[in-house]
Amino acid sequence: MQETLQKDSVTQYSKDDFSSDQEVRWCPGCGDYSILAQTKKVLPELGIPREKIVFVSGIGCSSRFPYYVNSYGIHSIHGRAPAIASGIKLTNPELKVFLVTGDGDGLSIGGNHLIHLCRRNIDITVLLFNNRIYGLTKGQYSPTSEKGKITKSSPYGALENPFNPIKMAIAAGATFVARSIDREPKHLAETIAEAAKHKGTSFVEIYQNCNIFNDGAFEQLTGKEKKDHIVIMEEDKPYIFGTNNDQVIDWRDNHFYREKLDSSKSYINHTPNKKRDAIEFALAELSDNPELPTPIGIFKRTNEETYDGLLTKQVSDVKEKLGNGDLNKLLFSGNTWEIK
Amino acid sequence: MTVKNTVKASEKKQRITIRFAGDSGDGIQLSGGQFTNTTALFGNDLSTLPDFPAEIRAPAGTLFGVSGFQIQFSSTDVHTPGDEFDVLIAMNPAALKVNLKQLKQNGIIIVNKDAFSVRNLKLADYDQNPLEDRSLDGYQVFDVPITSLTRETLVDTSLSAKEKDRCKNFFALGIAYWMFTRPLDTTLRWIETKFKSKPDLVEANSLALNAGYGYALSTEIFTTSYHIEQAKVEPGIYRNITGNEAIVIGLITAAKKAGMELFLGGYPITPASDILHYMSRYRNYDVKTFQAEDEIAGIGAALGASFAGALGVTASSGPGIALKSEFLGYAVMTELPLVVINIQRGGPSTGLPTKTEQSDLLQAVYGRNGEAPIPVVAAQSPADCFNAAFEAAKIALKFTTPVLLLSDGYIANGAEPWRIPDPDNIPEIKIQYAESNGEYKPYLRNPDTLSRIMSLPGTAGNEHRLGGLEKEDISGNVSYDADNHDKMVRLRAEKISKINTLVSSPVLDGESKGDVLIISWGSTFGTIKNAVEKIRENGNSVSWYHMRWINPLPPNLSEFIHNFKHVLVPEINLGQLIKIIRSEYLVDAKPFNLVRGLPFSTRDIINAYYSITGK
Ligand code: SF4
Repeated sequence: MQETLQKDSVTQYSKDDFSSDQEVRWCPGCGDYSILAQTKKVLPELGIPREKIVFVSGIGCSSRFPYYVNSYGIHSIHGRAPAIASGIKLTNPELKVFLVTGDGDGLSIGGNHLIHLCRRNIDITVLLFNNRIYGLTKGQYSPTSEKGKITKSSPYGALENPFNPIKMAIAAGATFVARSIDREPKHLAETIAEAAKHKGTSFVEIYQNCNIFNDGAFEQLTGKEKKDHIVIMEEDKPYIFGTNNDQVIDWRDNHFYREKLDSSKSYINHTPNKKRDAIEFALAELSDNPELPTPIGIFKRTNEETYDGLLTKQVSDVKEKLGNGDLNKLLFSGNTWEIK
Repeated sequence: MTVKNTVKASEKKQRITIRFAGDSGDGIQLSGGQFTNTTALFGNDLSTLPDFPAEIRAPAGTLFGVSGFQIQFSSTDVHTPGDEFDVLIAMNPAALKVNLKQLKQNGIIIVNKDAFSVRNLKLADYDQNPLEDRSLDGYQVFDVPITSLTRETLVDTSLSAKEKDRCKNFFALGIAYWMFTRPLDTTLRWIETKFKSKPDLVEANSLALNAGYGYALSTEIFTTSYHIEQAKVEPGIYRNITGNEAIVIGLITAAKKAGMELFLGGYPITPASDILHYMSRYRNYDVKTFQAEDEIAGIGAALGASFAGALGVTASSGPGIALKSEFLGYAVMTELPLVVINIQRGGPSTGLPTKTEQSDLLQAVYGRNGEAPIPVVAAQSPADCFNAAFEAAKIALKFTTPVLLLSDGYIANGAEPWRIPDPDNIPEIKIQYAESNGEYKPYLRNPDTLSRIMSLPGTAGNEHRLGGLEKEDISGNVSYDADNHDKMVRLRAEKISKINTLVSSPVLDGESKGDVLIISWGSTFGTIKNAVEKIRENGNSVSWYHMRWINPLPPNLSEFIHNFKHVLVPEINLGQLIKIIRSEYLVDAKPFNLVRGLPFSTRDIINAYYSITGK
């Protein structure tokens, strides 16, 4: 049944083919709308039949996502989407599995599952909507809220250090790690598309504005002067940024420095495929440094064996060695004796 | 050693229970396992139980480091590994001390005399050597210098002293084989295969076994050997099986009969880990095992697998089940098939991980938020775990529901002969999937079972979403409607009650009215069967009903439960099934409870019977 859909019909999908009949119920103005729109734009381009796509989410505003996409979907329980998604992918590796989560769902209650998903490198695309707040429960500080943040649950200021999701994903072993922003639709669509095509755990942090409980959290990166505050990482190109494209960051003595672009000089190029851990981490840390621009784009992309691939291979190897499982053999194994 | 010609007596016995005991390093489990295989092949009925210390490598010689293995075998039916034993084989003073109280009066003690050193006596809290102070006068004591005799036997081999000492369990086993007229060949063959790559160990262990046998045969201290005739059991092909093995085989059989892959999401926990271990060997049976990062991920991955079309399974014990309970509720809401196994152990919390208990029944039946009914089935013996697991899987698939399968440490590790069914005679499990027609309604139900009609990812046109929010009947859309919620809560409960259309009620053992009805469940089956037989042998009447499905309750129980003067519910907890019985049937049932981390003894049940009847 799975093979009957012809390629033609796949390529003929439009954005609307991925709209479900459910009314979208995020707050007006929420960044989630943009992410949904860009995802639905990317899906037809992947060339995957709709019935082979599964969206899995946890709990939170972002996790309503599967209801709005016309594919197979699971809205699971708080933090546990990686577990469900893993079970789906390992059972049917033919499926393209997306996981939609948030900073609370993915990094707090589900942090353990998320790091182990990255570690196993199961072929799943993770979209983590980072709005630095708990939205659905109406405004408590989250694991990515800045220290000192005043919220309903931290009236005197949050005492915790925030997580850096990109650092976490790299350290945990995800083989594709990227960041984008809800307000950069083109970049966002490209990044999601690249993540979706990657074989292995692909992790995309998406800065998302919660205009109700944490409006303007990414103001600097989306406002008029945004070009001074973000650097778009492009493969094999130096890290040039700035409103007039006259700034650059360069790698010296194991650090990134910001300087004025000098066309006579050569700068380090962005090489996310090269497994240069120190540079990957240093890039990830830039967003914590107010003096330096926040990178968006792909931090890391490497080709490694996936867990699902290895499992499929192990099953066929064992079958080759021991033969296809036969119930007679299974039941009558070990020391048997006959009573007449 | 000089071989003398001694005339020995041979005595016929119907039933024998032996306890092997010693340090973890003494090879006790191995000796017990060999004695079991030999006895099974010889044709006796039997039941076994290992008893491990909680510590992995407890210090040698200590009381808490004693490892045990018990076997009861007979020329007639055996239902349990036995309460008190006839023979204690103790490899050191600690093993003697720990086990002596369970040895029958005038029972046989075989000890390794060499191990009764000052140091070992002190470790076992003996002020004096019990072999010398006449404290063992009520028993038949055979103190054999097993260590030195083994060394002597192996003097010409190239083994180190330490390696030689490790062969002493085979010497002891040889004595036991002589004493109970068992043949040596099963173990000799086993030694050959086991140590194939180390010929000197094959030689040494075989020598030790033969020497132990020869020693018992030729020395004067052993005067009597015992003969236990073959049991008259149902014809067929048998194998010895533990409860955890039987669960694995039962589930794989169910998955094959349903034509699907099996996916086990697991996390290491005593005493359920063996299910993960055994299951992971069967990749060629389309079994995928996933050792998850925690208990929650184990069940989550299994549920994801179910959504994608596998038979999802997760196995754990009480504390792990507690962690899984949110997902259990989620499985109820999404109405996906799932088998959840709880190998119960002593609780609460970490409790007694290596001991047995029946104290998770209420957790299984009720332990979730919201109205979350889950079918609960309890296995009654090691071999029965096969049927219970098969049935659990069948119900999960047929009714699109999670099913809780209860076993416990006692039957999980215990073993008994299993009459192997012919796999061709096991019926297929047919599952109805929705057709691919673009009008799929995820909460449309099969009118007979009320199960959802599932559609697997990959089926074109049936794309749909499941989730933990309340669903609208039929369409499956998220719904906050008050009437719909009430309807769905009732539908989910009604679905579970329909399971009784597919499973049969237990048969009442005895008259349907009278003085005493015993109601039991789970692993107490064998002990209560023994007790019921004894009570009847003594001319008293008793009826007995052993439950298999606790949820839904079996329909036939209400037909006779009110016909008895006394209803007695023995459980290894503080009274859990009895709460359900009392509330569902409004009957003044009386509990009998011991929560010692151990199975009941037959005597416990008989005493409970007499105390309730006042006889
Ligand atoms: S609460 Fe915030 S994150 Fe949630 S839907 Fe509203 S705007 Fe979006």
